[in-house]
Amino acid sequence: MDIKELKKVNDPKFFRKHQESLYRALEDKHTTVEVIDDEDPLNTRMILNMGPQHPATHGVLRLVLQLNGEFIEKAKLDIGYLHRGIEKVAENKTYQEFMPYTDRTDYLAPYSNNVAFCGAVEKIANVEVPERAHYIRMIGAELARISSHLLWLGTMVQDSGAVSFFLWTFREREKLYDIFDQIGGHRFTISHARIGGVANDLTSGAMALIKEFINTFPKELKDFHSLLDRNRIFYDRNEGVGVLKTEDALDYGATGPTLRGSGYAYDIRAISPYERYDEVEFEIPTRLEGDNLARYYVRMEEMHESIRIIRQCLDKLPKGPVRADNGKQAYPSKDEVYYSMEGMIHDFMMTDTGICPPDGSESFHSIEGPKGELGFFIQSDGTGHPWRMGIKSPSFANLQVLEKLLDGEMVADTVVMIGGVDPVMGDSDK
Amino acid sequence: MDLELSKPLQKVVDGLTEDFSDKIIDVYQSSGDTFVRVEPDAIVNVCKSLKEKHHFIYLADILGADRFTAQERFEVIYNMVSLRDRERLFVKVWLEEESPRVDSVTAVWNSANWFERQAYDMFGITFNNHPDMRRIYMPEDFNYYPLRKEFPLLGIPGSIPLPTSTPDTE
Repeated sequence: MDIKELKKVNDPKFFRKHQESLYRALEDKHTTVEVIDDEDPLNTRMILNMGPQHPATHGVLRLVLQLNGEFIEKAKLDIGYLHRGIEKVAENKTYQEFMPYTDRTDYLAPYSNNVAFCGAVEKIANVEVPERAHYIRMIGAELARISSHLLWLGTMVQDSGAVSFFLWTFREREKLYDIFDQIGGHRFTISHARIGGVANDLTSGAMALIKEFINTFPKELKDFHSLLDRNRIFYDRNEGVGVLKTEDALDYGATGPTLRGSGYAYDIRAISPYERYDEVEFEIPTRLEGDNLARYYVRMEEMHESIRIIRQCLDKLPKGPVRADNGKQAYPSKDEVYYSMEGMIHDFMMTDTGICPPDGSESFHSIEGPKGELGFFIQSDGTGHPWRMGIKSPSFANLQVLEKLLDGEMVADTVVMIGGVDPVMGDSDK
Repeated sequence: MDLELSKPLQKVVDGLTEDFSDKIIDVYQSSGDTFVRVEPDAIVNVCKSLKEKHHFIYLADILGADRFTAQERFEVIYNMVSLRDRERLFVKVWLEEESPRVDSVTAVWNSANWFERQAYDMFGITFNNHPDMRRIYMPEDFNYYPLRKEFPLLGIPGSIPLPTSTPDTE
């Protein structure tokens, strides 16, 4: 075969222009001349793109950092990779139908989201919740807080260098999953709360597991403390990193442990108590330093307080029904559904139309989730679907703070700071 | 009009009506929350006064809403907290359907930055003097505002057709 023939065979047959330009680019590859910037001869400035697929970003967070050497000059965050439009979905669902979607917002603490959502609907539709259900919800929400903080602890310690720690916190989370399995029949997205109460009472198995957990967990927590509090590597990695002043924290809208780590004791459980938080005693852990270490201490102490709250709830747990006994406002119990005509009709109506808040009413209800203030804003047009449901998500607010925090820090600390702020992308991206 | 306001909130409402008597349109309560509707051109001054005079130093959220068939179609709701009095107040403005615009409150609270971007992304409400008016969740080249009521739940208009839900029919 002569050369002419061979050339013909190798000629590009499709997208000729594209192929040719690609070949040309390949040829030019090693002959490109680098342009030297007069102001930056050592080429220390660069733009670094982190994410959205990055193991330390806790999901699909993307950061674009402008670096000067090892320092971050400025940073921009790009979110929305997990945007599922659940606010739009909510407008097309009945209130009860929307419950499983709330599990998937902050997926590390599903129970808290259920409680927040139910509280919002109960507030706007004026539903009375039985006393026992309040306490069961508090137990569930506090267990969810511990579960969320444990995941934060594991990943954050992993981010600062100790890998095996992650497994130990997950051993504890595994016990929590078992408890949730016993409470509501699901390990992860449990949707146990119902509008007007909870789905079912705590079983004796769940009760036994919770009691065992609150007796064994403080010892584990003590071990975590003794491993980390004086750990030179962990300490140096977190002390003085990502300092957020109190006034900045308030101005930039920080919430939850990020705000309390900066010295302001803002906790919805204390300033406008929901459920029965006004009847239990607890402290609001607050630190003044505002750095990553402060946020670590705040979250660790919050776990202690959660155990304390659960203990008081178990002591006070009153007897009685767990769901409102009003077929117009809450699902009737299954006994009623199977053995009475009225119960069946109510069950059908609840599923078909659901609860209808008054026309033109609007309300906002928020709780203190593990990440911060989690609230639902509902506008009703009198039908069974919300006209507008707005979610005030704590991770969204905290990520905005992160954008400010990153300016002027070291690039190596980025990952630790993301861990310290503890965002969950399902929550912030909605 | 009978309002059951708590003492600090009553003081706030009185102060506002005194300072902005011609700008306050409505004060009402719904499910225990207090709402103040003001003229859109006064929103920055009202927010500044609320922050400086009445200690609403924490802005929790800004929400957009679509009132669809109503005369002034779009609504922006500012959710703020007074840390001294532990009270929550909602300030809202109504905007025209054609190119809704309102002044940005980023100069009052820095946290308004992302919240306003979210309202812009979802409803197409533009905020004047905003430092970084980009979409936040959707990509820049997305042409619609998804939380507006005319945007369908399934299928972006003009994109590839959805598969038929009943496979047996042609």
